[in-house]
Amino acid sequence: MSDANNATGVSGEAQAEADTPEVVHSPGSSRLQHFVRRYRGEPLAVASTVIFLLLALIAVFAPLLAPYDPNDTDLIAKFTPPLTDGHLLGTDDLGRDAFSRLLYGSRITLVAPFIAVGVGLVLGLPAGLFAGFRGGWVDVVFSRTSDAVMALPGLILAIAFIAARGPGTTNAMIAVGMGFAPRIFRIVRGATLTVRGETYIEASRSSGASTTRLIGSHVFPNILPPLIVQASVLLGFAVLTEAGLSFLGIGVQPPQASWGVLLRRGFDHLQRASWLSWPPGLMIMILTLCFQFIGDGLRDSLGRETRRE
Amino acid sequence: MLHYLIRRLLAVIPLLLIVAVMAFGLIYLVPGDPAVAVAGESATPERVEEVRIELGLDGNFIEQFRRWASEVLHGDLGTSLFSDISVWDQIEARLPATMSLVVFGLVMALIVGIPLGVIAGLRQGTWVDRLLTVLATAGIAMPAFWLATLLILFFAVNRHLLPATGYIPFSESPWEWFRHMLLPGLAIGAASAAEVARQTRSGVVSVIGQDYIRTSRAMGLSRRSIAAKHVLKNAGVPIITVVGLQVGRIIGAGLVVEQMFAIPGLGQLTIAAVQSRDIPTIQGVVLVIGSIVLFTNLLVDVSYAYFSPKLRSS
Repeated sequence: MSDANNATGVSGEAQAEADTPEVVHSPGSSRLQHFVRRYRGEPLAVASTVIFLLLALIAVFAPLLAPYDPNDTDLIAKFTPPLTDGHLLGTDDLGRDAFSRLLYGSRITLVAPFIAVGVGLVLGLPAGLFAGFRGGWVDVVFSRTSDAVMALPGLILAIAFIAARGPGTTNAMIAVGMGFAPRIFRIVRGATLTVRGETYIEASRSSGASTTRLIGSHVFPNILPPLIVQASVLLGFAVLTEAGLSFLGIGVQPPQASWGVLLRRGFDHLQRASWLSWPPGLMIMILTLCFQFIGDGLRDSLGRETRRE
Repeated sequence: MLHYLIRRLLAVIPLLLIVAVMAFGLIYLVPGDPAVAVAGESATPERVEEVRIELGLDGNFIEQFRRWASEVLHGDLGTSLFSDISVWDQIEARLPATMSLVVFGLVMALIVGIPLGVIAGLRQGTWVDRLLTVLATAGIAMPAFWLATLLILFFAVNRHLLPATGYIPFSESPWEWFRHMLLPGLAIGAASAAEVARQTRSGVVSVIGQDYIRTSRAMGLSRRSIAAKHVLKNAGVPIITVVGLQVGRIIGAGLVVEQMFAIPGLGQLTIAAVQSRDIPTIQGVVLVIGSIVLFTNLLVDVSYAYFSPKLRSS
């Protein structure tokens, strides 16, 4: 997803959301029900949601589902091919069961993106509101800083942060989140600027509404839809970046394992055991696609009614 | 137009300055006393002081930054704490491999992405279009390092068609250089090719519905010459925007993929520096890569001027 595309598409939708009157629907049905009804009409998004929920369940119940302890080594049974001796996906160089490791690996892989996006929101949201409302030099400084952060590839930013703070899942995800902050900042700032100029804001202000109240009742409803869409797109990016950092050996550290760690293990033994590379790679791709399709579905069902409907 | 170019050029300066502050500020993120952390727990107090001076950590922040920045402007990025070699020398030695991979990946993204996007756009709604859209979506979600794994598996491990490791400089043997670049270049270029294809397709779709295209058709111009003359030129701006955005992504993906193909580029240097907490090297890498991306964005802005007649005449 390109930024230029995103920025215009998203702010356009926010605009549309504000301008388009609510579509006529059965009395009593809320905005949420309306959204759910539209979201259900997006087959890819619904399928992705189901897959994501399934993966979440697998992560939660990994100890019950895994046939082996993911860290149990058995050097005699190393490099067992898939579907042999009760090892569904084979074993790795230390004889650990690949299937069990994949199940356990889903835990970090699924949680980490949410930490990253959370960090991005914590940094980007207040900064965007502040810059949008204050304007002037505050806005200039914040916007230029955000541009400069965007100039650095996310992975470089994360690597630099990890170099200073040390490797590990938490540091890696904070670092990835810092790279996300500018994207969130841009959306929030843009929406805030648009809303700030409206006549009804001036009216609310002159009738004594506080800034907090203005943000709560006017700005938030406008930035929420594009923010949710952006967050789900960023979750997909976070999956890829976590996997990349773990693949480089500076993200998730042993004995913990994410799919990125497993993929690296597979790559290190590509000649001997190529089967180790397929499952984690496929799973990373499926999860990324899930977030992407969920994001597309949200975009279509949170924005204005499309022609299709 | 000159006005526009000068404005774009001036806009880069504060961004470069902020990137420099961020690179320098990295040292402040090191937990505890950075000089102790970098020198190691068992270092003698003299060594710690040496490292403190080497890191430029004596005096207040403004003073430190001013000194560091003036050294940087004189081409001195400091000395690696790990190898005692000048950071710039280390980066300079590895930049050619990294940049040739990045350029190769980018060219790959364009020569694959643009034609596919044009084909999909011209045949909007057909099965060709749908197939390409599915491929593009999958391509964007595919991690470069997994694609690299699969490429190595198919072309190097199973079939020995292409080399899986190493780097041959272009000046030494263009053909060998090409052979060694092909797999890593494909791996890092694929996601960008998918993005370029998507943007090209939507650019083509939006242009093809315009009245003047219909007029050209009515006047008897062939589909192909319309695609070449009008559609691509008008779809050029969004394509270039994507290319600008992809440079950062390709450099990032390149760092990982370089490791897999044992290409002696910035990736190896950077990861070794992370593991040995070699902050000056990391600062140098951040600064160099940030400058490359900002410079590319500047080039993108300049080429807007070429593609957009509105800007050209103003």
